Amino acid sequence: MAKRAAPEVNAGSMADIAFLLLIFFLVTTTIETDSGINRKLPPMEESEEDVIIKQKNIFTVLLNGKDQLLVEDELMELKDLRKAAVEFLDNGGDGSCDYCKGARDAASSDNPDKAIISLKNERETTYKTYIAVQNELVAAYNELRDTRAKALYGQTFTEMEADYKDVNWPGNKVKLKEKIEQIKVEYPQKLSEVQ
Amino acid sequence: MGKFNKKKDGGIPAVNTAALPDIVFMLLFFFMVATVMRQNTLMIENNLPFADQVEKLDKKDLVMYIYAGKPSSNYKQFGTEAKIQLNDKFADVKDIAAFIAAERASKREELIPFLTTALKVDSEANMGLIGDIKQELRKVNALKINYTTKKGSVFGRN
Repeated sequence: MAKRAAPEVNAGSMADIAFLLLIFFLVTTTIETDSGINRKLPPMEESEEDVIIKQKNIFTVLLNGKDQLLVEDELMELKDLRKAAVEFLDNGGDGSCDYCKGARDAASSDNPDKAIISLKNERETTYKTYIAVQNELVAAYNELRDTRAKALYGQTFTEMEADYKDVNWPGNKVKLKEKIEQIKVEYPQKLSEVQ
Repeated sequence: MGKFNKKKDGGIPAVNTAALPDIVFMLLFFFMVATVMRQNTLMIENNLPFADQVEKLDKKDLVMYIYAGKPSSNYKQFGTEAKIQLNDKFADVKDIAAFIAAERASKREELIPFLTTALKVDSEANMGLIGDIKQELRKVNALKINYTTKKGSVFGRN
């Protein structure tokens, strides 16, 4: 029998099929957001013993029902909040904090370990504003940690954390973790929310 | 010179579309890879707020989602007040405890301490509802939370 060449498959409609699938996936795609601000809630058990905190070590941030911001009993715009928080945290009033670059004002916080930011909001506050304030306060901490990490290890804190999470990072993770912990001890994130 | 004017037979030559399927396939693969099928059908408006100091949620399977916002236009009969949505239905604040318990039961025991609750809340919702949710989460000892936000500057978003 004579050998016949296999007839060529007509691929003309392949593009149509691919388009059909493409349009299906285009329509169903939602690029999910999976990033946000991590927070830890305080545990429920009531510790009745009240810890006495000096008034000067508390930075009160109050958000009212009209989304206005009251910081340390003064009206403030959101854009000034980060700077005010940095100044408060980095004050180092009692001189025990040798890495603080603040004004060393005796009327403001003693050291970053004692400084507490207290955030209070009302039921009518909108979520958007609340997140914006949270974001600015976290940014203040990150700013301080970044400068400190840069001075100590020549790398910002955010970069260090990104490296730590990156599975392909070639360096020594145990050492990096120690460095991160060191920065966290020097600038602990003490943000309390009033219920 | 007759050799050179052979192509005089005129007309614009047809565009070669042989590479078209390749291009379409390329796009197709991109979208196939990027697609995440939604787990829940949202019955609320969910326009997340913006923030720039964000961290990524690493383990997707260890996240419990709580949605809140005002009912979307298809569910107007539920009012205009912000509501909580758990899985595929509207829920009350007191249902959260049961929801967390169910989520925990579906995970392996050693993973339970790593569970994070992601709050996907509409930017127009008010903090009263969030406060209630947080209080409820504290009661069941689900303390790790994440306020899911879009990435962007917080300023100039009104």
